[in-house]
Amino acid sequence: MSHSTTLSAGENGKFEFLETGDHHVPNGTLLGFWIYLMSDCLIFAALFATYGVLGRSYAGGPTGAELFDLPLVALNTSFLLMSSITYGFAMLQMQQNRLRGTQIWLFITGIFGLCFLGVELYEFKHLIHVGAGPQTSAFLSSFFGLVGTHGLHVSVGVIWLITLLLQLNKHGLNTANKRRVYCLSMFWHFLDVVWIGVFTYVYLMGSMV
Amino acid sequence: MSEQLDIVKLIFGRLTLESIPYHEPIIVGTFLVAALLGGALVVAVSRAGLWGYLWKEWFTSIDHKRIGVMYIVLAMVMLLRGFADAIMMRIQQAIAFGDAAGYLPPHHYDQIFTAHGVIMIFFVAMPFVVGLMNYIVPLQIGARDVAFPFLNNFSFWMTAAGAILIMTSLFVGEFAMSGWLAYPPLTGILQSPGVGVDYYIWSLQIAGVGTLLSGVNFVVTIVKMRAPGMTMMKMPVFTWTALCTNVLIVAAFPVLTAVLALLSLDRYLDMNFFTNDLGGNTMMYVNLIWIWGHPEVYILILPIFGVFSEIVATYSGKRLFGYSSMVYATVVITILSYMVWLHHFFTMGSGATVNSFFGITTMIISIPTGAKVFNWLFTMYRGRIQFDLPMMWTVAFMVTFVIGGMTGVLLAVPPADFVLHNSLFLIAHFHNVIIGGVVFGVFAAIAYWHPKITGYKLDPFWGKVSFWCWVIGFYLAFMPLYVLGLMGVTRRMSHFDDPSLQIWFQIALVGAVLIGAGIVSGLYQYYVSYRKRDQLRDETGDPWNGRTLEWSTSSPPPQYNFAFTPKVHDNDAWWHMKANGFKRPVDGFRAIHMPKNTAAGMVIAGISTVLGFTLIWHMWLLAGVSFVALILGTIIHTFNYNRDYYIPAEEVAAVEAARGEVPA
Amino acid sequence: MMSVPKFLRTILSMVFVGVALAGCDMVVMSPSGDIASQQADLIVWSTILMLLIVVPVIALTLWFAWRYRASNKEATYTPDWDHSTRLELVIWAAPLAIIIALGALTWVSTHQLDPYRPLSRIDEGKPITSEVEPLVVEVVAMDWKWLFFYPEYDLAVVNELAAPVDRPITFKITSTTMMNAFYIPALAGQIYAMGGMETKLHAVINEAGVYDGFSSNYSGHGFNGMRFKFHGMNEANFDQWRAKVKAQGESLSYGVYKELEKPSEYNPVHYYNTVMPGLYDKIFNRCVDPGTLCMKDMMHHAGHSGGHGGHAEQAAEHSAQAPAEEQHHGHH
Repeated sequence: MSHSTTLSAGENGKFEFLETGDHHVPNGTLLGFWIYLMSDCLIFAALFATYGVLGRSYAGGPTGAELFDLPLVALNTSFLLMSSITYGFAMLQMQQNRLRGTQIWLFITGIFGLCFLGVELYEFKHLIHVGAGPQTSAFLSSFFGLVGTHGLHVSVGVIWLITLLLQLNKHGLNTANKRRVYCLSMFWHFLDVVWIGVFTYVYLMGSMV
Repeated sequence: MSEQLDIVKLIFGRLTLESIPYHEPIIVGTFLVAALLGGALVVAVSRAGLWGYLWKEWFTSIDHKRIGVMYIVLAMVMLLRGFADAIMMRIQQAIAFGDAAGYLPPHHYDQIFTAHGVIMIFFVAMPFVVGLMNYIVPLQIGARDVAFPFLNNFSFWMTAAGAILIMTSLFVGEFAMSGWLAYPPLTGILQSPGVGVDYYIWSLQIAGVGTLLSGVNFVVTIVKMRAPGMTMMKMPVFTWTALCTNVLIVAAFPVLTAVLALLSLDRYLDMNFFTNDLGGNTMMYVNLIWIWGHPEVYILILPIFGVFSEIVATYSGKRLFGYSSMVYATVVITILSYMVWLHHFFTMGSGATVNSFFGITTMIISIPTGAKVFNWLFTMYRGRIQFDLPMMWTVAFMVTFVIGGMTGVLLAVPPADFVLHNSLFLIAHFHNVIIGGVVFGVFAAIAYWHPKITGYKLDPFWGKVSFWCWVIGFYLAFMPLYVLGLMGVTRRMSHFDDPSLQIWFQIALVGAVLIGAGIVSGLYQYYVSYRKRDQLRDETGDPWNGRTLEWSTSSPPPQYNFAFTPKVHDNDAWWHMKANGFKRPVDGFRAIHMPKNTAAGMVIAGISTVLGFTLIWHMWLLAGVSFVALILGTIIHTFNYNRDYYIPAEEVAAVEAARGEVPA
Repeated sequence: MMSVPKFLRTILSMVFVGVALAGCDMVVMSPSGDIASQQADLIVWSTILMLLIVVPVIALTLWFAWRYRASNKEATYTPDWDHSTRLELVIWAAPLAIIIALGALTWVSTHQLDPYRPLSRIDEGKPITSEVEPLVVEVVAMDWKWLFFYPEYDLAVVNELAAPVDRPITFKITSTTMMNAFYIPALAGQIYAMGGMETKLHAVINEAGVYDGFSSNYSGHGFNGMRFKFHGMNEANFDQWRAKVKAQGESLSYGVYKELEKPSEYNPVHYYNTVMPGLYDKIFNRCVDPGTLCMKDMMHHAGHSGGHGGHAEQAAEHSAQAPAEEQHHGHH
């Protein structure tokens, strides 16, 4: 070891040129996932922009004020907000290395996610039923585009959550699984933040017209 | 009977025997040639018994160097296709005058110019640039791989999947007839009911996933995995430009994904984002696609600026002039590239204030770009310039690129753009910067790093032949287009009436043929160099007296890149090590932690290809099946926790000993 | 803006391409309408400004490459010299100075030559007198031909356009389906023609002659044939031309229009001597068919498309007037 250290330091010995011990490369998964979320955020930005441009192009069809059922959406919002809180509890449990508690809170989070999706699907079905489907006008296209993309993300989140529950069952709270729980948590809260935007910009402002 | 038909329709969708263009002799001929070449390749590989090797060492490899090479090979193959399209257009435009209709009807011609643009940008320029970054960046920052090696392999296969889909469109169905950015309403379902636009959408969406993930991967790699001592301001310039490019990828490609998704909703579900009726807004599409599209050209050119910075310093035997102003210029360009997109459609009728704002921001980009050119210039100043091939490309680039830059700034003046937009002047301009910039840069980079990648230098003679063919061919092919643009000739025309134009198109055709000769002699150069590899062998790992860390390891580098992670004290790290008497250690090796190969990337990308194809042809049953398979495949992959292993210290020692004598 | 002497323009356009070919007709550089002439001048001035920096750069590149070649041992070699504050200041300042000049030129000329801005002069030194009423031409890009309406004379023409010399022309431009660009290089710069939207162009032709006009934005299968001749005529010839259209034309009724609307390629010139009332307006508002709701009415209760959805939305809003808006400002 000492031999190579002297060699690595060069002839004049002024500089250390090589890392001869163990070199630990920091894990970049959380940073990478965060960057991915930012790029996802830009997809939503594009959809919000589209809604901003097309959101008043009713083309003679119904307006948001006529269509939106605010109490229902408020209920749905509360499902999603609750799910973020329960995910937080799961994280607390995980930090204390309690597998069972983590799993239970994640499970509850998933249930809230499914409730959210159920209500959203009901809303979509209702809109299509009253003749306000995505084909009706540019406003409705951009509405379904934005809200639907969010819903798609939540569905992916739920599938991921189920997968993760299975993996926790199999491998417990090992490093890889903990990292995954962290990533999913970022994803889940991110969707919550996006939903706040959707709720405010699409539903609340749309109902004020 | 009708039930039977429904089942056929459920399985095959719109795909029928008539979809295969066997009645078009040009396509059948192309198919035969492709099939023959492909068949010959398969036979050759089987004869040599190389399938196992390819599978184990390449297809499933998560080694960034192997993946980088696969990207570059993909780009070369697609370059041939893109160039074939180019020469077909040049021939058509050179002969289709007056009564002569030429040999390509609009139906075919319009597919060709669309495919040419899409292929050259997405499947030639992009894989070249991503491939170079893949190979070089980890080596330059002293890392053993990228941050997410599996994702890297997956990204490559997704890019390849996009390329496969676009090649399929040649023989099954048709490609879009819309121009490379597929503006609606022309690409709406009413005006383009065929499969062409769907091929366009799905090949770009699938390749786009790969590009985006590779962007995330490289940002994390560069931010997290630099060797100790390499602060941001000690990063090699190529790595800096790679960082900026990948930031651009992460920030621009989602917009492309979104806008293509909206276009597909219009096409598949009759929605009204970009339709003429029911409140749709086509201008929205044009804005969104250029919000991606303008950064895209900087995604291509920035790493190439980095390449030239490396080359000019190395071959001038001199430190790069103005390192920090080079870095700041790169960052400024990165930021500004988001504030100029509207210059692609001044003629859409924006107000004068909006137009001048975007015109002026565009011009401002030329300030940092100009500073870069001056920096290269003053790197050459008082140097000792070795005119090897990479340096020749660099000088050709500097001369050509400033001309292209000038015409670009001219197009940024809105009233001038009103008369030059959509003309052949515009075509000449962007080929001037993309060929004179990106393509010259890629060839410079390949010649520069070839000894690192393969272990032997390129044969200079055929390289120089290729160089002169390309440079002269470029000027012959595109200077006439500037003239034609000033004569008021519009792009995307398949026939002309005015005979006075013909001579210019004929000159351009000669230029294109010369470029073709450049491509052929370039390929021949690789072949000759391979034959003469023993004479051209680089034993030192540092054939050009290089300055950055990739030259500190062997050529080609071992799988783990560096037996010991280097410590960096200077932005020309390797130069500094050499100057201070660095000697390679001969013992003290330790086991090295490496990621394992996996077939998952190829499998998931393969399923994505099938999904894309079935969606294009409305094969709903298979689309559903492959969609479920895609999700299941991804989930199954996440159940694999066993993803890495150690290379034992003895093996490292053996590999290092095989490098031969430690040079004194 | 100062106009450029013709010879200088010619010389420069040749420098520009590096080829001196006398016989080549560069219509963009030597047009016949005042707007296009000013645009050509602008090209020349911008090019001169940029050549100030481009020529030295190219010269220095080649000179340094030669001077500091490795075989020239005479030349100074300073391998570690990599910084000079003074030089870097120049490196950034020189392009900056050029861009400041060019930016100022851009700001002024973009406003002066804004296609939406009514003309202030007919030619150099010929200001517009207030009694001159501009000739209004309504332009419709169709699949794949051009339909021109002359509302003042109740005429319509397919694939032919005529206008009197030195009379300002106001083009109002829309499209039935595809995005096209209306471009007559000899007259003025191009502008997009888009369905459900109206763009405008103000221009004037100063020399009598026959010029090429076409779509410069690819619009599908028949794009190649979307060409027409633009005739600049003196008053008397223009009156004759109108009389010819009146005499030879048929009536552009609903039925005839529906027939015309079907996609067709390389259409011959065709004249219409009367036009169904408000046809252009209906095309532009996408309600030619009886019983369809016009866009201006659909949008009515919605007002401006609003919201704060980010930059794209703003740009889109500025990019062309929304029909509703257009309706309020002067489409009567």
